[in-house]
Amino acid sequence: MARAITTRKKAMWTALAWAFGLLMFFPILWTFLTSFKTEATAIADPPVWFFFDWTTENYADVFDRSNYPLALTNSIIIAVGSTLLGILIAVPAAWAMAFVPGRRTKDVLLWMLSTKMLPAVGVLYPLVLVAKWLDILDSRILLVVVLMLINLPIIVWMLYTYFREIPGEILEAARMDGANLRNEILYVLTPMALPGIASTVLLNIILAWNEAFWTILLTTVSAAPLTKFIASFSAPEGLFYAKLSAASMLAIAPILVMGWFSQKQLVRGLTFGAVK
Amino acid sequence: MKLKNALFAASAIVSVTATAALAQSETTTLTIATVNNGDMVRMQTLTDDFTEQHPDIQLEWVTLEENVLRQNVTTDISTGGGAYDVMTIGTYEVPIWANNGWLVSLNDGMSDDFAADDLLPAIADGLSMDGELYAAPFYGESSMVMYRTDLMEEAGLEMPDAPTWEFIREAAAAMTDRDADINGICARGKAGWGENMAFLTAMANSFGARWFDEDWQAQFDSEEWSEALTFYLEMMEESGPAGAANNGFNENLTLFQQGKCGMWIDATVAASFVTNPEDSTVADSVGFALAPDTGLGKRGNWLWAWSLAIPTSSEKQDAAKTFISWATGPGYAELVAENEGWANVPPGTRTSLYENQEYLDAAPFAQMTLESINAADPTNPTVDPVPYTGVQFVAIPEFAGIGTQVGQEFSAALAGQQSAEEALSNAQALTTDEMEAAGY
Amino acid sequence: MATQHSRSAARLMIAPAVFALMVWMLIPLCMTLYFSFADYRPMRGSFEPWIGFENYVRFVTSSSFVDSVVTTLQMVGGILLITIVGGVMMALLLDKPMFGQGIVRILVIAPFFVMPTVSALVWKNMFFNVDNGLFSYAFQGLGMEPYDFLSQAPLFSIIVIVAWQWLPFATLILLTAVQSLDSEQLEAAEMDGAPALSRFRYIILPHLSRAITVVILIQTIFLLSIFAEIFVTTNGAFGTRTLTYLVYQRVLESQNIGLGSAGGIIAVILANIVAIFLMRIVGRNLD
Repeated sequence: MARAITTRKKAMWTALAWAFGLLMFFPILWTFLTSFKTEATAIADPPVWFFFDWTTENYADVFDRSNYPLALTNSIIIAVGSTLLGILIAVPAAWAMAFVPGRRTKDVLLWMLSTKMLPAVGVLYPLVLVAKWLDILDSRILLVVVLMLINLPIIVWMLYTYFREIPGEILEAARMDGANLRNEILYVLTPMALPGIASTVLLNIILAWNEAFWTILLTTVSAAPLTKFIASFSAPEGLFYAKLSAASMLAIAPILVMGWFSQKQLVRGLTFGAVK
Repeated sequence: MKLKNALFAASAIVSVTATAALAQSETTTLTIATVNNGDMVRMQTLTDDFTEQHPDIQLEWVTLEENVLRQNVTTDISTGGGAYDVMTIGTYEVPIWANNGWLVSLNDGMSDDFAADDLLPAIADGLSMDGELYAAPFYGESSMVMYRTDLMEEAGLEMPDAPTWEFIREAAAAMTDRDADINGICARGKAGWGENMAFLTAMANSFGARWFDEDWQAQFDSEEWSEALTFYLEMMEESGPAGAANNGFNENLTLFQQGKCGMWIDATVAASFVTNPEDSTVADSVGFALAPDTGLGKRGNWLWAWSLAIPTSSEKQDAAKTFISWATGPGYAELVAENEGWANVPPGTRTSLYENQEYLDAAPFAQMTLESINAADPTNPTVDPVPYTGVQFVAIPEFAGIGTQVGQEFSAALAGQQSAEEALSNAQALTTDEMEAAGY
Repeated sequence: MATQHSRSAARLMIAPAVFALMVWMLIPLCMTLYFSFADYRPMRGSFEPWIGFENYVRFVTSSSFVDSVVTTLQMVGGILLITIVGGVMMALLLDKPMFGQGIVRILVIAPFFVMPTVSALVWKNMFFNVDNGLFSYAFQGLGMEPYDFLSQAPLFSIIVIVAWQWLPFATLILLTAVQSLDSEQLEAAEMDGAPALSRFRYIILPHLSRAITVVILIQTIFLLSIFAEIFVTTNGAFGTRTLTYLVYQRVLESQNIGLGSAGGIIAVILANIVAIFLMRIVGRNLD
């Protein structure tokens, strides 16, 4: 029985949803607008909305003062690298936990999650000392590994919950047909698991991109990503809202655009077993 | 024979390319950690001058906000990380780090025109230990009163060159016009040992208070501290801006430039920003006076120098010295003057600058800056004797941690979350605690 | 029908993850454990490898410890409350028929992509600032005194910032759950004249309980380690010092690595207690 949805009701929901949506988005919109103002317009009283002399001067300043391309490259390498490395390690583990659960599987999962709770700063000195000993301070590989380890529990957990929803009968049928383990993973499981893996990848790229403790303290120049880039624009002397906004937009724009384009994939697998 | 020739030629080529490669590898890259304030950012834009003179030295900048900078350099220096060749640090860190053997002495190896004896004695003393200079000052500052001459006139008052706190408070009340968004007094309230505690410690000195007595016992239970803090809280309540508890140097600078402060007591370096017509709406009506006192013989002004130092963990100490000689030498002042005008030269480090008529003409605040710097005495900062050096800080490693926590108590008092007595007794308790833990 | 063969294969496959995390746990954690029993203060140049439980006693008995635990619980609790209540409402709203649903969804999830440092800086300067923040203009526009959020309601301000970042995450997960709701059951209930509130109470909420526990679990793990938002906005002042922040102050500001390490170990223990507690609930809900 299809219920007729009155246009009035639909209009009401639309208005309400748009109001909430714009409210959530407003801080980003405001930052965007401010980044094109002069410093004086940025703090004008009353606030100026859309009608001002748009200027790209702030962006030029930011580019002038810091090495944005390098920071961007580092962010990309670190975020993508740590995610792929994590996936590589997590997929077999999550597969095994989901399809061949042993007595200790739950405990192992719990233990993995608990490593995530290590307060970062508590292990700062040990980690710096180890990295120094290995001579990999300020290297991308160090950050790739550290961020991979930080997010690995989440990756495993997310994949595990996703894999568990794949019916085991399909695997058994494949086994009956004589598929070996390798083929089973490659041809049966992977296609089914792809949405889950895709959204895990996306979520982890976001998490790694935004990590702002290790990325600041373990880098100096050559591996410094956008989180460190931002730290040079917060609160210098004088007016800085417009420049801060421009730097902020530069730091979040790539991940924002990626997120928007891939939001369908992100949402599809982002269930953490929330739906049965 | 032919073969021999061929071999010879080949080896010649190899050796030529090898030398070329060697020459290339002699280019040294210095990693420099700096704070993101105006003067440091300006230095970055002027580095072409340096690299032209020294084509074999490349510069990599790590420009960070003050707190993040501190996180980075302290972690690096205390683990011997060796990530930086030049670090921007302050008067507080230098003696402590030098004492740990973490900094390279700058007595030798600096270029000839560096002229160490031209440095202002008060500044150089703070950066030296046992006669060795461990950091070269990039700019030096004390604190002073900056005030709006027009508002002062409207209020029918005249600012003396050396005001008392009583006068400042009265003048602040007279200038305040909250409907017009004018606050008589702006001062630091944001918690942090280098933020509100710099201001309050220096102020407390002029009220006869001190951090520790000669046996390292915390003194926040003293009458003097209570007087100083109460005075500060009451004055800010009467005439300070809303949200003062979140205002640090930068926030107050913005307020002053927007014409929202009648007076502002802060770092002398701010003088060139508030008198710069490009950024400041009140540039032509700013006057200067010494930091206030209460007639006890000490003024409430501090002493600080952002300085460049070389960690011993750096492998490029010679190149680093070359760079520091350039950045803090007298030639740099001329370079800035040529490009940006004399008023923008980093102040407070060299005697010669204050003897330069061109600078004195361009910088109306020069004389007051020099007097303020000279009026600060880090080795004898308080009315009663103390076992420590440092005007607005206590030069012991524990101070950064304690100072920030005490600053949070005072900041909470300014925000109206607790009374002056509560803030002081909390400060007393936590300082005593930390000092015991540190083994005093 | 797990055979012996597939069992050992499974073990082999879990091994790299377990090994990686073991190394991650063992090296830094053991070093932290080692430091926590040492008097290690690099600024003083002092290192004494064994001082017993002194650091632990000092950390736990200082008055800031209990305060910081309470603050942590308040902060995490507040954020969870806002994101869950808001997330459920948002998810139900997004499930309704409307024009431009895709765009609204994009707008709603955007904050999740913003770096914590950036969002803290933007909120602090451009919204909460008393003199030049948008909220102040809004307050003045309504004829009220500007309100200094960061010193008058510091904990609330930080909760708002973090909740803004995490609300999209909660919304997304809850939305998937809402979409899997049996619409016929709902319609039947509506036909029977069940009021909206009881439909929500007896049909929707039970259906969402599983998703809600998942959101709580995942978010708690991240929220316990909030750092950048506090560092940027209040620097731990005005009672916003969480346990994580207290450990930070001990390690980096006081440069007392021993004391900080002890605090770190205590934080791990407390976090694990919370985790086990959560896993119990989630475990019950998940199987």
